[in-house]
Amino acid sequence: MEKFIWAFIVGGLICVIGQIMLDVFKLTPAHTTSTLVVVGAILGGLGLYDPLIKFAGAGASVPICSFGNSLVKGALMEAKRSGVIGVLTGIFEITSGGISAAIIFGFMGALIFKPKG
Amino acid sequence: MSSKKNKKLTKAQQEYQAFAKEREPKRKVFRNIFRAFIIGGTICTIGQGLQWIFIEYFDFTEITAGNPATAVLIMISVLLTGLGVYDKIAQWAGGGTIIPITGFANTISSAAIEHASEGYVLGVGGNMFKLAGSVIVYGVFSSFVVALIKITIQWLGGM
Repeated sequence: MEKFIWAFIVGGLICVIGQIMLDVFKLTPAHTTSTLVVVGAILGGLGLYDPLIKFAGAGASVPICSFGNSLVKGALMEAKRSGVIGVLTGIFEITSGGISAAIIFGFMGALIFKPKG
Repeated sequence: MSSKKNKKLTKAQQEYQAFAKEREPKRKVFRNIFRAFIIGGTICTIGQGLQWIFIEYFDFTEITAGNPATAVLIMISVLLTGLGVYDKIAQWAGGGTIIPITGFANTISSAAIEHASEGYVLGVGGNMFKLAGSVIVYGVFSSFVVALIKITIQWLGGM
């Protein structure tokens, strides 16, 4: 139960950081999400993001920065198995599910729904 | 940047810029931050709930439950986007709906739905990643660099 509270607080705080980037630094949504992904990749490389996921669960794994972390983790995992070339071949290893789901459901959505407004 | 831009403008234009800036609606920063916290936190809590369901009923471990939970969140987000609900929530919540993975799914599906009238290949296929592409490009490239740096440091005997 505790985990739900931490997921709410940490996830909310990451969104607050994003909102500050949008409102105070006046970045576009695309700039904000791209920056957060790069930050997630760097934190992942430093080994700081996984402890955050362990602590906050979905609060850290649902925001977009975990995408950067998973990319780095996939690359490093595969590199351990098959050498430097693994950085190329393993980069989508973990995030494949998310990207495939977004493409497949996004395409199905385009087949079913008509644009609104 | 603004001072550089102002040099090229005539006096009347500068005056107009100042006037426009004055009249521009003030962004309600604290209200937006509060809303982003509430909605962002709620989406993450739903994600946590989905993870709990996958651990409890589908034999996933705490580490592997993240992936199916993310997929379900994406599915819900696409559904809400198609029904026009997600945009309504996003108008209220701002960053709270953009930062979670559901915002990523929202940009993909809204671009796909919006451009469907241009045909399925050029419209849907070509525009699907119009907005979400930058996240993938910068994510992949930065993690490529980070992974190479980390491997080099490990190879040199550090960390």
